[in-house]
Amino acid sequence: MLSDSDRIFRNLYGFHDVSLKGALKRGAWDGTKFFIDKGHDYIIDEVKKSGLRGRGGAGFPTGLKWSFMPKADARPSYLVINADESEPGSCKDREIMRHDPHLLIEGALLAAFAMRAHTSYIYVRGEYIREREALQRAINEAYDAGLIGRKNVHGWDFDLYVHHGAGAYICGEETAMLESLEGKKGQPRLKPPFPANVGLYGAPTTINNVESIAVVGDILRRGSAWFAELGLPNNTGTKLFQISGHVERPCVVEEEMGIPLRELIDEHCGGVTGGWDNLLAVIPGGSSVRCITAEQAMSATMDFDALAKLGSGLGTAAVIVMDKSTDIIAAIRRISYFYKHESCGQCTPCREGTGWMWRVLERMERGQAEKREIDLLFDVTKQIEGHTICALGDAAAWPVQGLIKHFRPVIEARIDQYQAQHRKEAAE
Amino acid sequence: MAVRRLHPDQPEQFAFTVENTAWAKGVIAKYPEGKQASAIIPLLWRAQEQSGGWLPEPAIRSVCDMLGMAYIRGLEIATFYTMFQLSPVGSKAHVQVCGTTPCMLNGARALVDVCKRRIAEEQHQLSPDGTLSWEEVECIGNCANAPVVQIYKDTYEDLTPATLEAIIDGYEAGKPLKPGSQIGRRASCPAGGPTTLTDASLYDGSVMGAWRQRFAESAPAGVVEVVQPSALASPAHKAAVAEGTSPSSPGGTAPNPAALAALANAGLVKELNARGGGAPLSSDALEKMKSEYAKRPSGGGASTPELLKEPRGKGDDLGLIWGVGDVLARRLNDMGIWHFEQIAKWTPADVAWFEAQMDGFKGRIARDKWIEQCQKLAAGWRPDSAVGERPKG
Ligand SMILES: Cc1cc2nc3c(=O)[nH]c(=O)nc-3n(C[C@H](O)[C@H](O)[C@H](O)COP(=O)(O)O)c2cc1C
Ligand code: SF4
Ligand code: FES
Repeated sequence: MLSDSDRIFRNLYGFHDVSLKGALKRGAWDGTKFFIDKGHDYIIDEVKKSGLRGRGGAGFPTGLKWSFMPKADARPSYLVINADESEPGSCKDREIMRHDPHLLIEGALLAAFAMRAHTSYIYVRGEYIREREALQRAINEAYDAGLIGRKNVHGWDFDLYVHHGAGAYICGEETAMLESLEGKKGQPRLKPPFPANVGLYGAPTTINNVESIAVVGDILRRGSAWFAELGLPNNTGTKLFQISGHVERPCVVEEEMGIPLRELIDEHCGGVTGGWDNLLAVIPGGSSVRCITAEQAMSATMDFDALAKLGSGLGTAAVIVMDKSTDIIAAIRRISYFYKHESCGQCTPCREGTGWMWRVLERMERGQAEKREIDLLFDVTKQIEGHTICALGDAAAWPVQGLIKHFRPVIEARIDQYQAQHRKEAAE
Repeated sequence: MAVRRLHPDQPEQFAFTVENTAWAKGVIAKYPEGKQASAIIPLLWRAQEQSGGWLPEPAIRSVCDMLGMAYIRGLEIATFYTMFQLSPVGSKAHVQVCGTTPCMLNGARALVDVCKRRIAEEQHQLSPDGTLSWEEVECIGNCANAPVVQIYKDTYEDLTPATLEAIIDGYEAGKPLKPGSQIGRRASCPAGGPTTLTDASLYDGSVMGAWRQRFAESAPAGVVEVVQPSALASPAHKAAVAEGTSPSSPGGTAPNPAALAALANAGLVKELNARGGGAPLSSDALEKMKSEYAKRPSGGGASTPELLKEPRGKGDDLGLIWGVGDVLARRLNDMGIWHFEQIAKWTPADVAWFEAQMDGFKGRIARDKWIEQCQKLAAGWRPDSAVGERPKG
């Protein structure tokens, strides 16, 4: 288990003073100027060496991403911080914004400075109204104390604005987010060009998740080596895990990357409801990833590479636990409904495919289907996957693939049951 | 995709209140010149709040006019983003029940049943007296506290059908219950108490500045960029380094450049050089030497401000200087600076001395106008805020 002294989010649950004063006492804004004086490249280099991978789901190396930003460009550069947090199961950025906002604001300044940006927007999902208010309070404090703003104590002019959405999961996709910020429907852009070249208002832009940004201050203070030693090779550092579903005590907790799933659940959540023998399946990384079986869950470690090997993914590290009382077809059907609801509608495979998959699963949940339709459903997921503008198409396909891969016998049994029932009724 | 249409019955017109118009100007100013369309979501949201929780069509047009946008663009936004309510909602509460899988696993269906029974059979339908309405929404990002509902700005978490009934009762009676977890836990902390973050030393202020150790003692030479040229620039020292007799010569067990860098005074460097070849200095010994040296009335001939072993009577609250926080105040005390009037009479040479003692401080005293601030503070003036008041200009 990670020791408390290695935890970055020291006010995760809001037990302590969230104001600037409290944040300073917990070590935020400590030496920020010292690192800014070391220069743009020093910061990028440290973040590279720390091995930090993006916490928004895809796990792209953060320092490397920053290095794609042009060093000299007539256009302004922007940092856009992704606080859309809409992936079902995810609820970590919320805790950062309402309880440790100064880590985020300090990280935003450091990241913006590293990329030579003077302006940053934080795009907060529309539903997080209280979180947005808390964040704005903290930003006001930072302005008042001269930590950010024009002519601040750090010697790098920096404006930080809170922007918000109004209920659209797709705005978490980075180019949809830019469209939304520009005042349009959140429909993803075709890439290339990538945002580092043509981003917000046509200017170089980097989009990062809240957690990716909020850990930067501590990485610099304690050193890239400290961060890199935590976790596993290529999967370094600490991570906020969010455990929901059938565990005794669901929670959000900061742990070391690569922690065994079993340890995570036993140590912090009091175990699976009814014990590990009662476990059916786990979705380890938010609704977009394929589920893993109870057997796989027993030995899985929570990192990008290990979960990818199981055909799943770490995603946002949102662990959805399902015990044997779960109707797994219904659970995945509800996820399919989510993607149908959230598709932005501009690519045919996604717009039509998400609705089609949901309707088929509705029937399968009742057993009202033919067994050959299981293969047909799988085939359709393959036609969606990789054939769309953004990764929402993939995200809609994978959970269904996971269901078929691991629980085909359950679907078949449901169909048999339905048919037997109806044969009986027809005979009577 | 959700297919959403405007309500058939629309009010005649809409206009922002004076306060909301002023507020909207501030929002528009967050975005660059010519990019005022960026403000459309916040403005439509405010229009919805002003209209009693739903967004009538005249409000959409009014916002488009303000932002110089075609109406169709505003209509696209209003129908695309599902938090814009296109038909009237309950006057006391619009209950948004999360129905996505994590909430569903923990009983969201039963919450939907409560809404159907208590409010209306269909979503977006008003209760008979028009005070309540409900809808099923997608994950609202509170999954570790599932199942949840959102009512206006607040979320109610860790619900059961019974607690949801009580919450609805509260809104009906005009006395909403306290939002957040309804089983008494704090945020997403495990019920029964935290399994982490119990180490008291995280909260007593001792983490502040602790990381500096790394730069003071063990930083490899290449990484350190804080070396103040003035510290190593003395000709005697340069020569000593070249000859390998300096304590900071390569290969030596000498104090590292970062520690040396803090020695802003050529005189001290000379003293250190004189010891070259002798026993290597430990960091502690170096620190001690440094502070003793600094406290000497005229450290090797260089200018030193007045430093005191202890405060005269009670020390001033140096945190009142804008730009000085707890950590810095403590450092100032350690150096022998306790009173505003000490800083108030610094000469340029004193400032140079002080800046050289500090990492990355160059120019900050002048920029933050410490001396001016301290002159005011020494004369009895006090700022409104405990962090001080930002000097004008
Ligand atoms: C459909 C979709 C939804 C996404 N939602 C989020 C989100 O809510 N929050 C987030 O940080 N990243 C989200 N992402 C990932 C972002 O596109 C982007 O990769 C991420 O913000 C980059 O930040 P990082 O490198 O710090 O992880 C989403 C991606 C897709 C395809
Ligand atoms: S994959 Fe779906 S959500 Fe993504 S751009 Fe295409 S239609 Fe929109
Ligand atoms: S699923 Fe209900 S809050 Fe996430």
